[in-house]
Amino acid sequence: MSVTGAEGATKSGGLWSVLGLPSPSAWRRMRALARAELTLLLRNRTAVFVSLAMPVLMMGATSSTVGELDLEGTGFSAGEVVLTGGLGIVLVLVIYTGLIPTYVARREERTLKRLRTGELTDGEILVGSAAPAATLALAQCVILVACGVLAFDVSAPRSLPLLLVGIVLGFVMLTALAAATAAFTKTVESAQITSMPLLMVSLVGSGLMVPLEVMPDAMAAVCRVFPVTSLTELMRDGWLGGLDGTERLRALVVAVAWTAFAVFAVRRWFRWEPRH
Amino acid sequence: MDTMIDVRGLRRRYGPRGEGGFDAVRGLDFSVRGGEVFALLGTNGAGKTSTVEVLEGLAPPTEGTVRVMGRDPYRERAEVRRHTGVMLQEGGFPSDLTVAETARMWADSLTAARPVAEALDLVDLGHRATVRVKQLSGGERRRLDLALALAGRPRVLFLDEPTTGLDPQARHTTWQLVQQLRDEGATILLTTHYLEEAETLADRLAIMRAGQIVLAGTPGEVTAALPSRIRFTLPDGVDPAVLPVGGAVVRGQEIEFETPDLQTSLTDLLVWARDRRLELGGIDARSASLEDVFLAVAEEAR
Repeated sequence: MSVTGAEGATKSGGLWSVLGLPSPSAWRRMRALARAELTLLLRNRTAVFVSLAMPVLMMGATSSTVGELDLEGTGFSAGEVVLTGGLGIVLVLVIYTGLIPTYVARREERTLKRLRTGELTDGEILVGSAAPAATLALAQCVILVACGVLAFDVSAPRSLPLLLVGIVLGFVMLTALAAATAAFTKTVESAQITSMPLLMVSLVGSGLMVPLEVMPDAMAAVCRVFPVTSLTELMRDGWLGGLDGTERLRALVVAVAWTAFAVFAVRRWFRWEPRH
Repeated sequence: MDTMIDVRGLRRRYGPRGEGGFDAVRGLDFSVRGGEVFALLGTNGAGKTSTVEVLEGLAPPTEGTVRVMGRDPYRERAEVRRHTGVMLQEGGFPSDLTVAETARMWADSLTAARPVAEALDLVDLGHRATVRVKQLSGGERRRLDLALALAGRPRVLFLDEPTTGLDPQARHTTWQLVQQLRDEGATILLTTHYLEEAETLADRLAIMRAGQIVLAGTPGEVTAALPSRIRFTLPDGVDPAVLPVGGAVVRGQEIEFETPDLQTSLTDLLVWARDRRLELGGIDARSASLEDVFLAVAEEAR
């Protein structure tokens, strides 16, 4: 690329950043990093297997518990609960629990510090490193929706934009939460422990395995403030409908608030190199 | 020439105020001109890396100002980075990427990068392109780190102990590369604890101790600060008391003395010996080396 081309890219970067979007050169930098991370992921067969198999296993478990629940009054069939909850399970397992060890490993082997000596910005480093996990998660979400519509007699998404808003907010929130959790995770091995609280709370209390509608009202109200609950509600609403305007707005506000909190936590606590 | 790196009153502190914290850098002033190789010397823990990290824009100064090409490397990171190359003391590479994949990732993230093959050839790693990083030797990993630092054709290059762990031949190759880059106009700041490296490469250098610069200048100026030394053996039967010099250390007939003016003292001594028809044995006269200076500085600290 010529020098003048580079200067041009900087100027247009101003316009892009006004719109809140990455500039073309930011995309180029993140693509370079994402490509390397994807190569690394594909070389780590265990990680790929876990990312693909765990959501399926969890959904199997969900379908047996849901079978014993009385879903009358929730307005959902068992298949609808399992598949829409499956979207949330994919996001939590693939993005949240999948990215914590990635961030910790890159920090401990000093890759993050190395990357910070180059032209990538801090945000680009975190987003670029998350790209392979996001790709895996997106592919699984597409498969889930396709399976639901084609094989399990679930309706096509009522509002694709709303479903996508839920998924994209989920990517951003859970990536930031993963980075924030990585800040408090010393080793790759201990990521299994530090990821546990949010993972457990989400599986049990965010409508992934048990719909909030079958819970006592007070309990459901508490569960609605959990981060992943808002995502489940938005995605389920996008696919099947069922929320009124106020409920939808509340879910959006909760999701954006958790995302903002997670981004703040990353800015405040994320460490870019091992402790000396 | 233009000042490329300018450091004024730099302090860097780790941890909290008061007892719990540690001042790694305590008031540093220096500047590096364009096209110059500047070496920061010091024992481990002297504050070299803490200083360089601020210059690289990885950390903000606790106090003072740092400018690289006239800009703040921490706050104006994006503008500065396009023109700098950084070789950290420990390179961080994912171990499962190959050398070429690592270099390609890096090159693709830069605005104007050398082709990957060219960067690897510069450090003589072209033949290892398809090898995974985890299979590289320590020296090869250092060279990969150097290749990445050079990938963006930087105008300012920071090298933190660039030849630690290299065998003598690879070290020599790296020195030639550094000299070649300097000749092409790059400004280079390096840290090292190999004194020979500093003597060979540096146009100017600074010796740090406990977070401060205690001595700075060209290698010649720095070594001139210490006295030169003359050694010889007096013939048997000549009393050391008749020597024309004061302050000599006498061990039997072996004499050693220090002088700030080597030429005059040596001339005086030799003329004195000729006039008396004395034959001095094992004459050894030399200026202070950088190593003498370094050891003297380290000694003062105790």
